[in-house]
Amino acid sequence: MNTILITIISLCAIGIVSAVILYIVAQKFHVEEDPRIDTVEGLLPGANCGGCGYPGCRGLAEAIVKANDMEGLFCPVGGTACMKEIATALGREVSESAPKTAVVRCNGSCANRPRTNRYDGAPSCAVEHALYAGDTACTYGCLGCGDCVEACTFDAIHMEKTTGLPVVTDACVACGACVKSCPRSIIELRNRGPKERRIFVACVNKEKGGVARKACSAACIGCSKCVKECAFEAISIEKNLAYIDFIKCRLCRKCVAVCPTGAIHEINFPARKITPEVKEAEEAPEEKNTEPAAVNMPVPTAIVIAEKAATAGTIVVPEDSSVAKKAEEEKISEEEEVAEEEKKEISRKADRTSNEEIDFKI
Amino acid sequence: MLKSFKIGGIHPPENKWTADGKIEVLPVPEEVVIPLGQHIGAPATPLVQKGDRVKAGQPIGEAAGFVSAAVHSSVSGMVTAVEERPDAGGILRPVVVVKVEGDEWMEDINRSEKPEHNITASKEDILKAIGAAGIVGMGGATFPTRVKLSPPPGNTAELLIINGVECEPYLTADHRIMLERAEDIVVGTLILMKALEVKKAVIGIENNKPDAIGKLQGIASKVLGVEICPLKVKYPQGGEKQLIKAVTGKAVPSGALPIAVGAVVQNVGTALAVYEAVMKRKPLVERVVTVTGKSVKKPGNFLCRIGTPISKLIEAAGGLPTDAAKVIGGGPMMGRAMANPDAPVTKGTSGILILSEKEALRKPASNCIRCAKCVSVCPMGLEPYLLMDLSCHQLTERLEAEKVMDCIECGSCSFTCPSHRALLDYIRLGKSRTGAMIRNRKQ
Amino acid sequence: MKNRIISPSPHVHSGDSIEKNMYGVLIALVPAFICSVLFFGLGAVVVTLTSVAACLVFEYAIQKFLLRQCPTIFDGSALITGVLLAFNLPSNIPLWIIVIGALVAIGIGKMSFGGLGCNIFNPALVGRVFLLISFPVQMTTWPVPAGIHTPLVDAATGATPLALLKAAVHTGKPVSELISSGTVSGYRDLFLGNTGGSLGEVAALALLIGFVYLLFCKIITWHIPVTIFATVFLFSGILHLANPDLFINPVFHLLTGGMMLGAIFMATDYVTSPMSVKGMTVYGIGIGILTVLIRQFGAYPEGMSFAILIMNAFTPLLNRYFKPARFA
Repeated sequence: MNTILITIISLCAIGIVSAVILYIVAQKFHVEEDPRIDTVEGLLPGANCGGCGYPGCRGLAEAIVKANDMEGLFCPVGGTACMKEIATALGREVSESAPKTAVVRCNGSCANRPRTNRYDGAPSCAVEHALYAGDTACTYGCLGCGDCVEACTFDAIHMEKTTGLPVVTDACVACGACVKSCPRSIIELRNRGPKERRIFVACVNKEKGGVARKACSAACIGCSKCVKECAFEAISIEKNLAYIDFIKCRLCRKCVAVCPTGAIHEINFPARKITPEVKEAEEAPEEKNTEPAAVNMPVPTAIVIAEKAATAGTIVVPEDSSVAKKAEEEKISEEEEVAEEEKKEISRKADRTSNEEIDFKI
Repeated sequence: MLKSFKIGGIHPPENKWTADGKIEVLPVPEEVVIPLGQHIGAPATPLVQKGDRVKAGQPIGEAAGFVSAAVHSSVSGMVTAVEERPDAGGILRPVVVVKVEGDEWMEDINRSEKPEHNITASKEDILKAIGAAGIVGMGGATFPTRVKLSPPPGNTAELLIINGVECEPYLTADHRIMLERAEDIVVGTLILMKALEVKKAVIGIENNKPDAIGKLQGIASKVLGVEICPLKVKYPQGGEKQLIKAVTGKAVPSGALPIAVGAVVQNVGTALAVYEAVMKRKPLVERVVTVTGKSVKKPGNFLCRIGTPISKLIEAAGGLPTDAAKVIGGGPMMGRAMANPDAPVTKGTSGILILSEKEALRKPASNCIRCAKCVSVCPMGLEPYLLMDLSCHQLTERLEAEKVMDCIECGSCSFTCPSHRALLDYIRLGKSRTGAMIRNRKQ
Repeated sequence: MKNRIISPSPHVHSGDSIEKNMYGVLIALVPAFICSVLFFGLGAVVVTLTSVAACLVFEYAIQKFLLRQCPTIFDGSALITGVLLAFNLPSNIPLWIIVIGALVAIGIGKMSFGGLGCNIFNPALVGRVFLLISFPVQMTTWPVPAGIHTPLVDAATGATPLALLKAAVHTGKPVSELISSGTVSGYRDLFLGNTGGSLGEVAALALLIGFVYLLFCKIITWHIPVTIFATVFLFSGILHLANPDLFINPVFHLLTGGMMLGAIFMATDYVTSPMSVKGMTVYGIGIGILTVLIRQFGAYPEGMSFAILIMNAFTPLLNRYFKPARFA
C-alpha cells in the first residue's frame, strides 16, 4: 500500500514540476507571430508543392500577410477561389488572373523529326542538353528523357511512347515545375482559354526556315504567313520563330489554317467546317464520305483533345442531300456558337483594342 | 620507387598498339573547315570573308579579348564561306571554310626541317610570338598558352612541368612526337622556361614509354635545367594537379590554380608548337592525331592540318570499320563522342577512337550498392556516389560543401562502378549548377 | 554508320559488375562450406540449400508480386544472404525456422528498406538475431561435430566454446582452466573447426583463406576485418592481463564464435558499412569493443551479431562525418 502511495505522489510531483517548467519555457521563448498567418495557412490547400514560388504553404501565408496587396501572390492549386477567400479574410482586393496550363511547344515526334544518332547517356534532358545538340538534327527540340515528367508533383504530364513527346493533361495546375526543369525552355505556361481552347506555335526552333524544316517536318519556318493573317496582331516573329501572344489571341484559328507546316496547333476546337472555295473545287461527289481536305487547307497536326472524333480536314458534303441541310444547320448553329464566343471575348476585353474591326467570319 | 600521385587512380587497359607507328603525314584535303573557337574563351573574330584568297599560316581570326586565341588558315586556297556549321556535337559554331588550292605558305614561315636551337628571342618576343601563333594547350584542354604564361600579379612561377604523360589509353601522339621530335621539344621547353623566367623544368613521362624517357634523358643531360621524371603508370597521372603532386609533392589547394604552388604545366605538343612558333615563325596549323580502335584496319599516328575532316583521317586508317558504332574525339576516358560525321580536326583533337557497339553500349544501371569503389578510385578524394545523389536532387549548397568543384572529370568513378551508374554525367551537371550558384552569389 | 552512339565520357568500363562481386564472395565462402560439411555432415548441406532457396524465392515473390518490379534474384545478393544466414545457424535446426529466418532477412532486413543498396542493417544478421530471440532453444542447441556422417536427426549436442566460457564465469571457475582441462577443444581444433558452433563460424582457417581470396580479387579492403581483429585482441588482451581468471586470453576470442565469419563476411557487407577508410576504422573499432563487452559482461555468450547490427546503425553518421582524405 505504502509503495503505491509513494508512487502516486512522486509521479504527481514530477508531473506538476514538469508542467510548471513547460509553462515558463513556453512563455519565455514564445515567438510573436501575426495570428493572421495561421488563418491564411488554414485557408490554403496545404499541399506544400512550392508552385507559388514560396517554401510551402506557410511560406506563402507569411508572404501574403507581410505584403500590402495580393499582387504577384497566387496559389495555383487553390486557384482564384482560394485567393478570393484569403483576400476576404484579410480585407483586401484580389486580382483576377486567368487560369493557366503548361503547354509543350514542340511537335518533333519520331515521325516528324528523324533521329540522327542514338543517345546512350544518363536518362536526363539536362545531361543530354549539356552534352550536345541531341539525337535529332534540331538543336532546340524536345529530347524526350522526361525531366519534366519527373518534376511534376501533380501527375499531369506523361511521356507519350509513340511520339516521344510529353503530353500535358487537365490535371495541370500551372505550378511551373516542368517549365523550370526543361533545359530548352520548350514548356510554357499559357492561358487555358475559354472552354479549354488554346492556340500556340508548337515549335521553338530559331534557325532559318530551311534548316529547321530539314530537321523536322512540323517546324516553324518563320514564313510570316500567320502574322499577315492575324487580324489582332497577336503573332510576332523573332529569330525565324513565330510566337502567339495568348492574351491578344482571339482563337479565330485563321493562323492554324494558313501555316504551311502545321506548326500552329489548336486544342479542343470542333472539327473545321468547309469553306465555299473548297466546296467548289471538290466537285460534289455522290456518296457522303468524309475525306480529309486536299486543297488550301493542310492537315494540321493538331492534338485535338475533343469529344468529337474528327481531327483533321473538312467534311466534303454533296450538294443535294439531306445531309447538306443538316450540315448547314450545324454550320449555322456552330457559327452562332462561335459568334457568341466572340461576343463574350469582346466584352471581356472591352477596354482593349476598341479601334479594331472585329471580324465574325470564320 | 617511381613517383606518382597518392590518392585514387585506376589501371585501364592501355591498348597503345600505335606506339610503334611512325608519324605519317596526311595529304592536304580538298576542303578544310576551321572553327574560330578551338580554345577556351571567346571565339576569334574573323579577319577574312567569302572570296578572299589565303595562304597556309595566314591569320584568319584574331583573338577576341584576353582569354582567347588567334586562328590561322592551315592551307592555301579560297575562303568559300564564313558561316556557322555544326561542331562534333551538332551545335552550330562559327567557322571559316577554305577550298584548297595548292600548298602555298606565308613567306616569313621557315619551313625547312633544319633544327634551330639558338634561342635569341627575349621573353616579350617569345610571348608575342606564342600569342600571334594562336597556340593553345594541345593536350585537349585548349587553354590559350599565352594567357597561361602570363601569371596574375603576385604569383611567380618556380617550376615548369612538361606533360609527356599521355595517360589516356589508346593515344600515342605525344609518345611519337617525343621520339621523333625530341630535340625540338627540349628547345621548346627552354623557350618556355625563358618566357616564365624559371631555371628548372621537369618533363614527366609515364613509365610505359621507356624509349621516349631514354631519348629525352639523353638530350636533357646536355642542357641546363631540364630533368626527365619517369612516373608510375596510373590514370590520371597526366591530370594537371596529379602531375604536380607526383613531380613536386605539393598539392594545388582546392579552388586554386597550379601557379599557387609555383608550377606551370604545358603539354609536350604545346612545347613543340612553341618551338615552331618562336624559332620557325610557324603558327599552330597542324598536329599529330592517333587514329585507333580494335576494328580499325590500319591504326596509326597522322600529322594533319587543322580543319581536315575526321572522315579523311578515318579513310587513311583503312576506312570506317563495319562494326563501328561510336567515334570519339580524344581518348576513351575524357574524349567526346562525335555526333557529326563531318566534324573537322581542331587544335585539341589528340586522337580518333572508333569503338564497336559491344564495346561502346552502356549496361543498364542499378542501385548504388555502396561498395565505395568510386571513393577509392577518385584522384581528388571526393565521394562520387554522394555527388551524383546530390546532383540528382539539385542540392547545390551541399554539393559545394562536398567540394564538387574540385572534380577534374577524369571518369575513374564511372569506369569503376559495378552498378554501371552514370556517376560523371550527373556530377558534371551538378558542377555546372553549383558553378552558376557561386557566380550568382559573387554578383 | 547508322545511328552513332553518343554519350558523355568515359566511354569504356572496367567490366566490374554486381554479379562479379557477389559471386566472388560466394567463392570465398566455399572453403568454409566444405569444412561445415566435413564437420557437420549432410545437415550442413540441407540447411544451406534451404536457406538459399528460401531467400531467392522470397525475394522473387516480393519483387514480382508486391513491388511489381523486374525480379533481380540472379545478381547474387539474395544468394549471399541465404548462405550467410545458413552459416549462422546450427546444422540441426528445423527447416521451418530457416524459412522464417529467410523471410525476415529478405522481407524485413532488405526489401522493406527499398531493396538492394537501401538497407541499413545486414539482412542475414537481422534474420539471425530475429531467430535467436524468437527460438532461443533451437538456436542454441549445437550439434557436436561428428564428421561427415553426423546424423541428421538426434545428433549429440553440446555447448559452444563461448557458452562454456560464460558458464565458467558464472560458476566462478578460473577461465584459464577451460582449455587445459579439455572442456573446450584445443587451439588446433578451434583453428581448423572441429568444435561446436554454427555452420560457418567454426573453421577459422577456411574463413581466412576466403579473406585472402576477397583481398586478392579486390572485392573488399583489409581495413574492417583487420581493425576488428586488432581491437578485439587489444581490448580482450588488456582485460586478460588485468584479471586472467575472469577474462580469457585474446587468441581464444579471435578463434571462437562468429568472430572470423562476422569480421570477414558480415561486417564488410557493402551496403551497411562505411564508405571511407576513416569511417571503416571507427566502425571496426566499435564492433571490436562491443563484441568483447557483450561476450565478457553481457548476458549472451556471443556478441558479434549485435555488435555489427549496432554499428550498422551508426554507418550513415560515420559516412556523414568521416570523409575520405581530400586531395587538397
